[in-house]
Amino acid sequence: MKGPLFLLALLIAQPVIADSNLPPAYWSDRQLPNPKQEAQAQALMEQLRCLVCQGQSIADSDAELAGDMRDLVRRRIAAGEKPADVRSWLIQRYGTWISYKPTAEPAAWPLWLAPLALVLIGAWLIRRRIRLRKT
Amino acid sequence: MIAEAGLAALWLAAGLAALQFVLMILALRSDFEAARAMRSIAVVQGVLTLVAFAMLLIVFARSDMSVLLVFENSSAVKPFIYKVAGAWGNHEGSMLMWVTILAVAGAFVALLAHRTSERTLLAALGAQAVLALGFYAFLLIASNPFARLWPAPPDGQGLNPLLQDPGLAFHPPTLYLGYVGLSVAFSLAVGALLTGEVDSRLARAMRPWVLGAWILLTLGITAGSYWAYYELGWGGYWFWDPVENASLMPWLAATALLHSINVLAARGALKAWTMMLAVIAFSMSMVGTFLVRSGILTSVHAFAIDPQRGTFLLALLAIYVGAAFILFAVRGASLKEGAPFELISRESGLVINNLILSVVLGVVFVGTLYPLFVEAVSGEKLSVGAPYFNAVAGPLALILAVLVGIGPLLAWRRERRQVFKRLTIPALLGITAVVITIILWPSMHILPRLGFTVAAYLAAASILPLIGRNPFRAPLATWGMVMAHFGIAVALLGMAANAAFTSERLAIAKPGDTLTVGPWLILLQDVTPTAGKNWTAVEAELRATRGSAVVTLKPQTRYFSDPPTETNESAIQTFWNGQLYTVVGKPDASGAWQLRLWWKPFVTLIWAGGALIALGGALALVGRLWRLAWRRRPDADWRRERYT
Amino acid sequence: MSRALRFAPLTVLLLIIVALIWRLATPADSNVHSTLEGKTVPAFALAAILPNKPPLSSADLANGQPHLVNVFASWCVPCVTEVKVLQTLKGSGVRVEGIAIRDRPADLSQFLASNGDPYERIGSDPQSQVQISLGSSGVPESFVVDGRGVIRYQHIGPIERSDVPTILSKLEQAK
Repeated sequence: MKGPLFLLALLIAQPVIADSNLPPAYWSDRQLPNPKQEAQAQALMEQLRCLVCQGQSIADSDAELAGDMRDLVRRRIAAGEKPADVRSWLIQRYGTWISYKPTAEPAAWPLWLAPLALVLIGAWLIRRRIRLRKT
Repeated sequence: MIAEAGLAALWLAAGLAALQFVLMILALRSDFEAARAMRSIAVVQGVLTLVAFAMLLIVFARSDMSVLLVFENSSAVKPFIYKVAGAWGNHEGSMLMWVTILAVAGAFVALLAHRTSERTLLAALGAQAVLALGFYAFLLIASNPFARLWPAPPDGQGLNPLLQDPGLAFHPPTLYLGYVGLSVAFSLAVGALLTGEVDSRLARAMRPWVLGAWILLTLGITAGSYWAYYELGWGGYWFWDPVENASLMPWLAATALLHSINVLAARGALKAWTMMLAVIAFSMSMVGTFLVRSGILTSVHAFAIDPQRGTFLLALLAIYVGAAFILFAVRGASLKEGAPFELISRESGLVINNLILSVVLGVVFVGTLYPLFVEAVSGEKLSVGAPYFNAVAGPLALILAVLVGIGPLLAWRRERRQVFKRLTIPALLGITAVVITIILWPSMHILPRLGFTVAAYLAAASILPLIGRNPFRAPLATWGMVMAHFGIAVALLGMAANAAFTSERLAIAKPGDTLTVGPWLILLQDVTPTAGKNWTAVEAELRATRGSAVVTLKPQTRYFSDPPTETNESAIQTFWNGQLYTVVGKPDASGAWQLRLWWKPFVTLIWAGGALIALGGALALVGRLWRLAWRRRPDADWRRERYT
Repeated sequence: MSRALRFAPLTVLLLIIVALIWRLATPADSNVHSTLEGKTVPAFALAAILPNKPPLSSADLANGQPHLVNVFASWCVPCVTEVKVLQTLKGSGVRVEGIAIRDRPADLSQFLASNGDPYERIGSDPQSQVQISLGSSGVPESFVVDGRGVIRYQHIGPIERSDVPTILSKLEQAK
């Protein structure tokens, strides 16, 4: 599979993805003429996980299905859809797995609370190390 | 014969490691005089593993197909450098490299360490041997690199084409030296916890080892980032991929440890935190090894996916880290901390630095393992990737970068001068930068904008320790610190420029078509087939013009047959103010070709910054060792030391 | 340092080790499942790809009878053997509908001629659009759709002989 970099050897887990004989979809590798829409599409593509790759976004993938998904994203945004709507349409079909940006659901709350919790725990741990009041 | 010699050397080394363990126990429990024996045995163990590794290199260099590992990972038609580098381009070989570095590091500690007491050194060498023992067992029982294959086939299965790149020769050994170099810090910490001698002497003994490992980790990560950048074909340099995170986490811990050691060395304080960081740093190395080889996390970098091996590594991890944590829990009560630090002092600055680095480490750790936790608890599958890590680690890193400008200016114990006055110019530079970005590029995203601001401020602030004194009388270690901190500003500038100013052009073009990307006019002249030693390719010839500058770029898509794969060979041209990055993709039905073109202003500053950071560390290391070896003077911070 | 604090790292380590052991014991399912099980098939209307095969639309799947929708392609290697199994299913009275992903008429008719043709209808999906709207992530996959057009079951990968009883029972339940 073109693209993905294996750090050290291994060929075993090569996905059995034969390529079709059709060329890539029209909008999979072309930029939208409206730069603002293209920027929106690009931002969304970087958040969507490639279904057939080992941990890449569809923006960075050479896989055909990723190309077709890029085509889908660009066409919809060119038609005026909001990126958030396209994202939730895809989440309806593949689950939250497909979104690299954690959603607002309860299962994702610890992710956003973690930095805060870590800062608070850290601050508590060093509370006696630094003298804040002059005695 | 050679393979058998290698295997024999490995068994002997394992035996010696076991012997060292026994010696350590005897020496610690009684008055058994084991110091000299321990040192000698450690050295011999190191030599034996070097012999074993050399044997592996030889069978790979000779393409000896009667060795199973060579058959599975090499072929006679490969270029020589990849025959040799292929020795560590697989699970068994890289584990042998891991264990060799462990043993050789132990040997060097045995030869060179003199600042710790004999007891602590003994305990540390014993701990190092115990670490090695587990990995010897792993190799000899579950991952024998010298297994034979009879009858020997005529040729091998070849090395993954993606690895047939200079990056393979450089990136893994550097990273491993860094990962495993941290084992010395781990062993010294464990040794000191065992003997109860956690003090400034220990910190000064640990420092060169941590510094050395940290320099190599920095280089390894920087090199890996550049390798991914030019190999993957989409212009990205960091993906927050689990395996990338697995290399970042030890680095974060090592950076915090490095700074914490300075406090322990100068003030005899932060004992618990320093010992914990020393244990965590190498634990992160082991976690990284486990993640990469067990297959429990999906990653483009994961290899040798074998849950059985994963279980063995997890057991080693549980035993080693668990034992260290138990030791910490039991002995931690006797780690007495001194008086609290003044708010405006170098110690406090370093404590806050530690805190922020630890938070970033924690966040990366949580983010990487969170999908696994969620699935274990609720069965739900979710993904955590760049959007999360950038949103959380980015601001934290920026805050840290601001503090990096202030910390080095603070005096130990209490800063009396008006230190913030010295920062007026850097602050003004920062403000100027943000105003310029607001005026010229009002729609820039907030993170790159802040990146420019902080980079401008830090570039100036990092130099301040050398101003106001005779810079040539400043210790080399200070120059190193300045260079490393300046390197952070440089890398930050590169990242901000890349995020804010990259121009991208994706198009389908026929020969004769022209495209623009940034200030460049690109003409697709021709697309022709071509071939190399073990590949065929389709090569596009692009002519890029900017003003009077004209360059030719030839990106390729290469096809390998053994094993069958396709790779992107991007064509990159570097200029003083950026890189032109070109990729040729697939053809469409009408014979037009997919082209991906990027103009990335100042992107090379990212890796230049990384190199500067590593160079700064090297200067600091040389500076400290020089003082010690040639001028026989103790470290500069002795003068400020408070003995505890 | 308080005892709780000193033992905290060990506790955290224990939790992590337990989670990692769990993951090693129950390996991750690398397939991405569609979340449309239990939901109505999204509306679609595909064009025909072969002159002698009617095209497929979502309306055809809501005609009161259960269907097995097979997402396949002529360039898909495991589909070759799957076709035989689909023939068997057709023989048991199953209505097999096909969605050809990124396929060309010539290749497809060659494929069906060499391997057999169990399909009632075949719709052409040259850019995987309907595949994506179904929540499918590769070929081959099959969906059991009931008479009212509700997706009842998704089978990822080729249907093997050993899967036939499951498929048949799912189709029974979909009646």
